[in-house]
Amino acid sequence: MYQLKFDQKVCASCRSADCLLKCQYMTFAGHKEAHGEMMKIMKGKDSRVLNECMTCYACEEYCTRGNHPFYLISEKREEKGLFTAPRPITNQWINMTQMQGKCLVGNVKDKALSCCYIPDLGPLGTGEIFKDVADAGVFGAEFMCPAVHTHFARMSVIKERLPIVIENYRKLGVKEVICLHDECYGTLTSIASAYGMDVPFKPVYYLDFVLQRMKELKDKIKPLNITVAYQRSCSNRLIPDKHALVKKIFNLIGVKAPKRTYQDENALCCAEILRSISGYKLADDVQKRNIDDMLAAGAEYCVFNCPACQSSLSEKVAKRGLKPVHIIDLCKMAIGEKERGTT
Amino acid sequence: MSDILQSLIDIVGEKGVSNEPEELWFYSRDPGVLAPHKPDYVVAPKTTEEVQKIVQLAGREKIPVVPMGNGMSLAGLVIPLKGGIVLDMKRMNKILEVNPMGRYAVMEGGTSQGALKSYLQKNHPTLRHSLPDAPPTTTIAANVSLHGQGRLTNQYGFNSDMVTGLEMVLPTGEICRIGSPSIGPYWFSKGPTLPDLSGLFLGWLGATGIITKVGLKLFPNKKIRDVELFVTDRVELVPQILYKLTHLEVCEDINVWFQPKPQMFLGNFHVTIFFTGDTEDEIEFKRKMIWDSLQEHMDAKDGGFMSVQYMKSTLLEMPGRTIADFADVPKGGGFEYSGPIALIEHYPQYAAKVVELAQKYNVLYASAARLISGGHAMMFSISFAFNRDDAAMMERVEKALDEAMTFALDMGGIPWKPNHKEQKMLLERMEPNARKLLLMIKKNLDPQGIMNPGNWEVNA
Repeated sequence: MYQLKFDQKVCASCRSADCLLKCQYMTFAGHKEAHGEMMKIMKGKDSRVLNECMTCYACEEYCTRGNHPFYLISEKREEKGLFTAPRPITNQWINMTQMQGKCLVGNVKDKALSCCYIPDLGPLGTGEIFKDVADAGVFGAEFMCPAVHTHFARMSVIKERLPIVIENYRKLGVKEVICLHDECYGTLTSIASAYGMDVPFKPVYYLDFVLQRMKELKDKIKPLNITVAYQRSCSNRLIPDKHALVKKIFNLIGVKAPKRTYQDENALCCAEILRSISGYKLADDVQKRNIDDMLAAGAEYCVFNCPACQSSLSEKVAKRGLKPVHIIDLCKMAIGEKERGTT
Repeated sequence: MSDILQSLIDIVGEKGVSNEPEELWFYSRDPGVLAPHKPDYVVAPKTTEEVQKIVQLAGREKIPVVPMGNGMSLAGLVIPLKGGIVLDMKRMNKILEVNPMGRYAVMEGGTSQGALKSYLQKNHPTLRHSLPDAPPTTTIAANVSLHGQGRLTNQYGFNSDMVTGLEMVLPTGEICRIGSPSIGPYWFSKGPTLPDLSGLFLGWLGATGIITKVGLKLFPNKKIRDVELFVTDRVELVPQILYKLTHLEVCEDINVWFQPKPQMFLGNFHVTIFFTGDTEDEIEFKRKMIWDSLQEHMDAKDGGFMSVQYMKSTLLEMPGRTIADFADVPKGGGFEYSGPIALIEHYPQYAAKVVELAQKYNVLYASAARLISGGHAMMFSISFAFNRDDAAMMERVEKALDEAMTFALDMGGIPWKPNHKEQKMLLERMEPNARKLLLMIKKNLDPQGIMNPGNWEVNA
């Protein structure tokens, strides 16, 4: 079984304890307390963090020393049987994402376009932007990154399934896998690396791909001249170096994203997982603060990067007058492939 | 041409009668597992007077008459077990009156659920009726005559409780109105304060007369409908969960279901909770009440609410189509269920029986229970899908359903829309004086035994 590569010395010598001090869902008196809690977790002792963590993934970004505090917290939770969500919800996710040999594989040669196990991704990966890879789509549990199980502190499921997913891609003989979901790219880079799993192909982050294509399609771009709020996904915290791509794409297509209270490192999650874990009170509060903040920034559109966030928040933002749109559809609007408006 | 055929043509015209083999084939069966039996004639009347004449003819000639809506009971209730005339009521489909202030509608006995729903949406958008989860072509009269349930059954009881008056053609040919329309022009009460004669017809499956008009209660149609889905893997908690939810008195409809396929549903019991409101504030208020009522199960990690965003439109469909999807899992489109009316506290035992029977007979199961009258009872469906082209599988399903019904009776449950075999089982267990009372009613109303014979045949 794969073991998490967690360097205890790095953690022990940490002078910031940012992983916990910056947490938006737990508060600590200061460095001493936060650092002390991490030390307890590291040593396998009980810590309130193991009960209170809301699984927003953000500590993976807050730790700038590459030591994977979130994976450690999840590992320790599972060891102690301190599961986050109600058992039936956890098991439902495990059952739902079970491989059953029902995957779809397109005309894959050296590149595959990963639609994970999310039907909404298929229609996104089409049109002029994806014209060279659209027919190389793969979809199904066999190609699904199992990162979602970190929300449920079931790292054992990830360790069992991720090598099979990687092997399924390897069998396709691909050199590159373009990941349409942050979670897939984050899994094939951050999680696989943290557990010492070899990835025998190059994972490509879709926003890298989209940015490149939009540069190639520059002549077709008509600036949208709209103001948006960007909903950052939890899994983007696994790949924080990729967050800057959003701004580059916005600049290219004439989209303004005014400064918000909850953006970048301080972004709020879509909160649907909070609802599953702890009930509606915290989730409603987070979503309200988030949408209030979007409106206060003068946004007309709420731009998503993750279909799960989009599913969670679309109805709620629409009811408050914001138009929900995936960032790929925004790009398609800029090149005239899609009408402006709700998608 | 026989005299009877000519007589029927004289009553309803040539286009309203058939004894052609193709038509007799269709009218000899329903989608369930019971064996088909051919009628001698199929007749489709257009008026109460035509129904009356047909019944009078049948009485003279001692021919069975089987009134039929859309024939979708799945329990063979309109299979003409002893031949005779199948009376297809679908041409009597006029909505005669809607009294919006009195919140009732009056329609002919062949009016479909879909027609009333559509009419109300177009003409009275603030009103609705208790739509069953059956195809929209099923009829209102058939539904109330078999004590059907619908989307408002948790709030207001069986759909037959919502009847506000009846026009019947009795087996002897008389036309008779029941309830307030027997006294004056208004169709607001099927019984009170009169002796409630509707009990002579509702639940009798057409064995005591033919419904030619039916009055039905309508209810407020709120602007917003919403749904939550709570899951637990501890079946013993289901009765408590339902008790807590019904205590709130805010749920339009509550269903509990479990099934092994698709994989995501395996191992959990799903409680679908529908609620309505005229404003977002009302919806949110009710949603919070629902979540708060089950918080302790979430805290104990024994249950939680699923995110329903991606399946919301499917869940909110009226009628729901998922049953039809289930019927086609083994291919071949067969589906039948036994649906005893039972106490909610018995849910765990019924659930265990479904799985036991499915294993024993090697058939695919699903179960969906609907709460009745705020939790006084539930309809617990023990459902099996089968391939119509697989006789052995159909036989196994039939045996499983027979065993399910025996179990339900042992548990003190009452079969819903019992087929003719189940009716016999019920009658055998019935207290003798109750059985005697049924016999008295049947003999007096239908002295020649021509109405849907084979059903509710009470022996002394």
